[in-house]
Amino acid sequence: MRLFALIAVFITGGLLLYGTADFPAKGDPHSPANAGVPGTGPSISQYFVTETYNDSKVPNMVTAVLADYRGYDTMFETVVIFAAGMAIFAILRVVKGGRNPGTGIHHRLDKDSSGNGDHYDIIVGTTCKLLIPVIQLFSLYVIAHGHYSPGGGFQGGVILGASFILYAMATNLKASLARFSEQRFMSLACIGILIYAGFGFLSQFLQKNFLEYGVLQKVLLTDGPEMARSHSMLGVEVGVAFTVTAIMFAIYANLSSAGDLENGKGL
Amino acid sequence: MWQLETVLLIFLVVAALLSLKVKDLLSASMIFGMYSFVMCLLWAAMGAVDVAFTEAAVGAGVSAVFFIATVYNTKRRSSD
Repeated sequence: MRLFALIAVFITGGLLLYGTADFPAKGDPHSPANAGVPGTGPSISQYFVTETYNDSKVPNMVTAVLADYRGYDTMFETVVIFAAGMAIFAILRVVKGGRNPGTGIHHRLDKDSSGNGDHYDIIVGTTCKLLIPVIQLFSLYVIAHGHYSPGGGFQGGVILGASFILYAMATNLKASLARFSEQRFMSLACIGILIYAGFGFLSQFLQKNFLEYGVLQKVLLTDGPEMARSHSMLGVEVGVAFTVTAIMFAIYANLSSAGDLENGKGL
Repeated sequence: MWQLETVLLIFLVVAALLSLKVKDLLSASMIFGMYSFVMCLLWAAMGAVDVAFTEAAVGAGVSAVFFIATVYNTKRRSSD
């Protein structure tokens, strides 16, 4: 059986490698994706390179493609993150008693140290106290600056969520849940999606297509549809960041405590 | 810089094979985080900075933490 699996893996890998031989070379200016198909108009990548700035005044065209041209796609990417968090919540979360209490990483850490659920260490604690504000500030920069430099809602949200995870590791899970409670992160995850979809429904309400940001200049009071698109991109990135932050911390909190969101107290 | 990319690609394959081979699941998740970091460097070398950023934050950062938190819910050593 192992031999059969090995042969199957090699055949599949060989076929995949054979398939890549048909790809154009990296950065080939004459490939159809870059140069377009002869007889038709300019290719889509040429359009993005030349027209993104005129369309939306966003210098980072990756963000423009992600949040504007294929905004519908990105919205459901956020929904996928949300669904992943909900699935982990549905599988792991136990409200009372616990399925197998005391097996999470926090239970073990707490049991190994003082036994009262607090494994505060002065070196780790001080380092985190110094680092966490910097991490959070950087994540807000990444979110807000997503359309000028690499970054955006996903990356910034993950970094912001990671700062709460770091706080939970440096002190204990209860301390971080006191600052970012379950009720709060669950509603924040929903609010993020609602912000994103809200931008879509708002433009639909103004009699344009779903997520067609240009029409929002009437609401956002910008001069021209270009700036409306730019500001709407920032808006949806903030929505994505809300969901991703909340779900990252939710996954960690559920995984690390085996679903009961408790410290190792009394075990 | 094809030399650097070649070294990184070899390192990538080695890290991928090692993370499958190692019996200790904690080391396996650390090596998997290393794999993500090399992947992030490769994205950056290809000029895809946004993807590299995502890979560094999600792949090398948070998912390694998730793996380690999960390992503590199971046995530490794998049987196969």
